[in-house]
Amino acid sequence: MIEIKDLHKSYKMGSNTLHVLKGINFSVKEGELVAIMGSSGSGKSTLLNILGMLDVADEGEYILDGIPIKNLNETKAANYRNKFLGFIFQSFNLINYKTALENVALPLYYQRMPRKERQAKALNYLEQVGLKEWSHHLPSELSGGQKQRVAVARAMVAEPKVLLADELTGALDSTTSYEVMDLIQKINDQGNTILVVTHEDDIAHMCKRIVYLKDGVIIKDEKVKQVRAQEYV
Amino acid sequence: MFRRDIWQEIFLTIRKNKLRTILSGFTVSLGILIFVGLVGMTNGLQNTFEYFFSQDATNVLYVFPGRTSIPYKGYKSLRRIEFENSDIADIKKDFPMFMEYISPRIFRSALVKYKEESNNYTTIGVDWGQQFAEKTIMMKGRYINQEDVKNRAKHAVIGRLVEQDLFGTKNSMGKYIDVGGSVYKVVGVFQDDGGDNEERQLYIPYTTRQLVEKNTDKIDQIVIGFKEELGYTGAMAFERNLTKYLKDKKFISPDDENGFFVRNVADQLKQNQDFAGVLAIIAALVAFGTIIAGIIGISNIMVYVVKERTKEIGIRKAIGATPRAVISTILLESIFITTISGFLGMLIGMGLLSTLGDKLMDDYFILNPGIGTGLAISATLVLILFGSIAGYVPAKRAAKIKPIEALKDE
Repeated sequence: MIEIKDLHKSYKMGSNTLHVLKGINFSVKEGELVAIMGSSGSGKSTLLNILGMLDVADEGEYILDGIPIKNLNETKAANYRNKFLGFIFQSFNLINYKTALENVALPLYYQRMPRKERQAKALNYLEQVGLKEWSHHLPSELSGGQKQRVAVARAMVAEPKVLLADELTGALDSTTSYEVMDLIQKINDQGNTILVVTHEDDIAHMCKRIVYLKDGVIIKDEKVKQVRAQEYV
Repeated sequence: MFRRDIWQEIFLTIRKNKLRTILSGFTVSLGILIFVGLVGMTNGLQNTFEYFFSQDATNVLYVFPGRTSIPYKGYKSLRRIEFENSDIADIKKDFPMFMEYISPRIFRSALVKYKEESNNYTTIGVDWGQQFAEKTIMMKGRYINQEDVKNRAKHAVIGRLVEQDLFGTKNSMGKYIDVGGSVYKVVGVFQDDGGDNEERQLYIPYTTRQLVEKNTDKIDQIVIGFKEELGYTGAMAFERNLTKYLKDKKFISPDDENGFFVRNVADQLKQNQDFAGVLAIIAALVAFGTIIAGIIGISNIMVYVVKERTKEIGIRKAIGATPRAVISTILLESIFITTISGFLGMLIGMGLLSTLGDKLMDDYFILNPGIGTGLAISATLVLILFGSIAGYVPAKRAAKIKPIEALKDE
């Protein structure tokens, strides 16, 4: 599903150059649930942003579902993001003046799906994350866990090839975190490919594979026995 | 661009961000309102000028007698100048190429009686040409004519209000009235746009007036209508020639400005038109400035709006909005708001102006202020156009920001 070869990325900080990713090689197969772990500054968020086409690499190859991702203009990148990728952010990133339903339906709007159809589909996904009754509430009227579940529904609604989650439990307490991870595991059970960036060990161990990143290189890549979040809920 | 979905999205954004919408709309409305008001008031001022000068003919010279201030050719100063019938005849003879008509004007106040009714009115001894100088409109009968002047006929043309005062609702035509002790036959009734005072006057042949006053040949003032085709320069040349001619004839020093006075309506009109023109230019500059200020206002708001929405734009881009979609949404929203509020401001402005009418006439000399619909619409369109350009630049920049950077924006 994801194929990465010798990926480099550096940032210019004034006169200094900060080499963040120093040759990353890894691949993700369909249906995997991968945690990318590392302390802050290890380059894990940068890697996720490049995978999400929110940022571009300086060097290296990136192939997503057989399609080489390079020399993308903004419009093409936007279309790929819309069709192939779903994002879940630490700070939820919901549009505050739109209801839960409208937020979830937004990716479909950019696919030019007719209004009725996209609302029905969005409602369906809200139901899957257990928030059907909250569909007409604004983000400000939802709890942190609810907001993140809306964000998950929004990431899922366009049926992307890969779900990318950046510290998705970072702003949540542990009980809520486990609820959200439970949801993520269930989505993965349905065969969806998911990448989770985290620095929390317990969250990482709820995935099926952990990739350890340190100072811009992968130091360990191992399959783990998945801890089901259900047990803690 | 005309997809129903886009508009639904825009209306939702507008509805959910009322304060922002009202603020930017208010700026646009106010800009157009001020523009319309300013241009309207200037037009009102120009209307007043035109109104003042439309009451009387503008191709007219008035000559008023005065007193000399410089001794000349054996005459002492402070000599009173009087015009006589021969002066009229000589001017007629020597300036035929300039003149259309000439008439003396002899003003006398007189008690006018008809049966039980009586009142004091101004009588003016005139020749037929006075009708054109004063733009007198005949309601009934006729004006004083050449026969009246030649025969020294006791005929009078009375003002509308004189008839109303003396005759009430009855017809005055052919009736005999007593004017200062002599009996005159009413041959006409006139009206005049110059106001009530001008309709409380009577015209009689100047020769009749002279006959009554012991057969004198003195006249008070001279009114000369010159040919319109002379234009402004021709009129000024005529004024110079006539002044020189009369000074010569009346033995007044060429340097003496007080022997008599000439009022050239064409010259006054020109000066007033020049003044109104300068006023119009100033108003145009201010109006232009208002539009510029409006454009700057919208630009500022658009920059602010886009800045405020940076994070939202980042979210939208992350979930698949193309730069084009981002720009078109922001742009259409701004065009929609500026269009609605621009035309709203325009209509309010025009509505206010149209209710004013002549209410400001007495105190501010502004009559029927108004603005051409074409100009108002053009100004509104200019504001919309520049508002859109002002919105496009920051929108394009926002669409270019990497989503990852836009998302960091808090």
